[in-house]
Amino acid sequence: MASTMAGKGRGVGAFTFNIDALGIGRGNMPEARVGPSPLFPSTDFKPVPLKAGEDEDYMLALKQEMRGTMQRLPYNIKPQSNKAGEEGGELANKDDPEKSDEETEKKPRNEDEEEIEEEEYEEEDIEEENDYIESYFDNGEDFAADSDDNMDGEATY
Amino acid sequence: MTAQEVRLCGLLLQEHFGEVVEKVGTHLLKSGAQNLRTIIHETGLSVDLVKKSLCVLVQHGATTFSSGRKGLGSPTEYHTSCDRILRILRYPRYIYTAKTLYGDTGELIIEELLQRGHTTMSSTVKTVADRLTQNMAEGRTMDYTEVSSTFSKLVETHFLQRCPPLPGVGNKDSSAPIETPATPGTPAAPVNTAPPTPESFPECYKVPSVTLIGRGKRQLASEDGEEQRSAKRAKMDPETHGDEGIYWQVNFERFHLHFRDQTIISAVANKLDQTSSEIVRTMLRMSEVTTSPMATCTKPLSANEIFRSLPPSYNILRPILDQYLTLLVDDPMEFVGKAGESGGGMFVVNLHRALANLARATLESVVQERFGSRSARIFRLLLRKRHLEQKQVEDFAMIPAKEAKDMLYTLLSQNLVQLQEIPKTPDYAPSRTFYLYTVNQLPTARMLLQNCYKTVANLIERRLFETKESKRLLEKSQRIEAILASLQASGAEPEQLTEVEEMITAPEKQQLDTLRLHINKLDSAENQVDETIFLLESYINSTNASS
Repeated sequence: MASTMAGKGRGVGAFTFNIDALGIGRGNMPEARVGPSPLFPSTDFKPVPLKAGEDEDYMLALKQEMRGTMQRLPYNIKPQSNKAGEEGGELANKDDPEKSDEETEKKPRNEDEEEIEEEEYEEEDIEEENDYIESYFDNGEDFAADSDDNMDGEATY
Repeated sequence: MTAQEVRLCGLLLQEHFGEVVEKVGTHLLKSGAQNLRTIIHETGLSVDLVKKSLCVLVQHGATTFSSGRKGLGSPTEYHTSCDRILRILRYPRYIYTAKTLYGDTGELIIEELLQRGHTTMSSTVKTVADRLTQNMAEGRTMDYTEVSSTFSKLVETHFLQRCPPLPGVGNKDSSAPIETPATPGTPAAPVNTAPPTPESFPECYKVPSVTLIGRGKRQLASEDGEEQRSAKRAKMDPETHGDEGIYWQVNFERFHLHFRDQTIISAVANKLDQTSSEIVRTMLRMSEVTTSPMATCTKPLSANEIFRSLPPSYNILRPILDQYLTLLVDDPMEFVGKAGESGGGMFVVNLHRALANLARATLESVVQERFGSRSARIFRLLLRKRHLEQKQVEDFAMIPAKEAKDMLYTLLSQNLVQLQEIPKTPDYAPSRTFYLYTVNQLPTARMLLQNCYKTVANLIERRLFETKESKRLLEKSQRIEAILASLQASGAEPEQLTEVEEMITAPEKQQLDTLRLHINKLDSAENQVDETIFLLESYINSTNASS
């Protein structure tokens, strides 16, 4: 609505159309925005507290134990780094834009630095929460380490 | 299946079976039945991983397989449904119930079966005996026969059932099904579209005659010789017990019937009193075997029979029992109904009516807690009176017009209340149309059920987020605990121990405590939302059955 800007001092609050025809009055306008929407909606009533008791505590313990146990059972399949059998996955990846993270990053990574463990590697990239491959970016770690070695080869300014 | 259900199932699969199984499972949920090649192509995973994931899903009953739609010779298709995966939320409740009914032995049997999906009786008995022995006093062990008898009891009361034998061995008309272990990938003979239920096989609840003689073995880490011996024995153990190929699974429906009964009993106890709930409990116990799972109400029981079957500790007089029964029949919750006059009065427990009323109470409670007691009054009014005009709502609820209008519009925007237009003229002119507010219990219950699924998914995501935020701290504390444990085992000085303990600073300890508190709260909330989910699901399923 260009209403407020078109006024130029003369009837600043005037609308360019007939407000009465819509059936709403000046008082029913939504409030002007003062910032981004809040993260969580405001609630008039606080939620009822959780039930607490022996039964609930026991079931909580059962739940957490069960989760831990099932993560250690062989039914929990870890994404492996299969260097040899990568072909099948690789060919499928070329057609399918939605690849799993481990599939895309596995191949270049395995070629470069094989000694780095799978978990550590996945950790790093999941931490970043993006698809960028860690090794492509220089994070400056090598700066201080190498400077002593290459002193005689490089000019100092 | 709805988007919320799929999202929740994905999170549950991920938490319990890992990302790979989650990927395959979610894909199947979204795309319907598919064969192996299509799954591999569309998920982009390796053949090996997809096969393993399918095995895990079939093992846990989440996925079934059948011959392809094109008939004989077409590749096997895999079908996953949400229901079984959503049951994972209820595992703690199943285990706890088994504990209350059959003690620690029952608890561990159910726990083993839930963790493994399908197992044989013999392997379960042995594992459970070992676990029980572990917790017993020095020198005592658990005998296999005791565990076997608990297992048999669980089967007799139908809490456990045999896994249905697979199609493909013999034709589907054979009366004596051959038991075969679950091996996905075997080409299947053409079967009917609906998979056979476990109960359609006559031997579903028959305990096989197994020869299981022995006692549980205690894991003794300190005695290396014995450890090697038992490890060697496990590898070379060709003992057969006569039940190879007979696999068992937990019968969730039976547990659900038990939960339903418990809910009704506790509702009666809350609304009326302990004695009334004992009467209802007695009636339900007497009807356990005579009532089919989908029955609307129990078979009629005479007051005489009920009187004779009351537990000995409740020696109430016969006229008092009659009074209680009259009270139960007159109660608006309609738990108990009168079905005749013979035998001192014939009474039934109205199962479906009770579920519907409990679901209604849940809806009312939700409205009350989210929008206040006056909005709840309007909601209850609309549930009772079905259709009301705005003016009538204001009058009946005794709420001023402006506020009533506001509350009605809020409920309307949240879809808890619907507007029904009744035109007086064909042109639907607003001035000549009745606008009636109404509440439809069943669609509203469905909507709230979806909200519950979304809630649990949000709780899980929040818990994962909290864990991720404090990942480094958690790892540090786990490492320190491991160091402490190993130091204590090797007998270290107290100073060394305190030195290691001090590696965690006080603010970090506080952060860990807060984290632990949050995670416990979120986990406990998941358990409790599942109680509401159970109630709403039971109500919705009961309406399917009777329609």
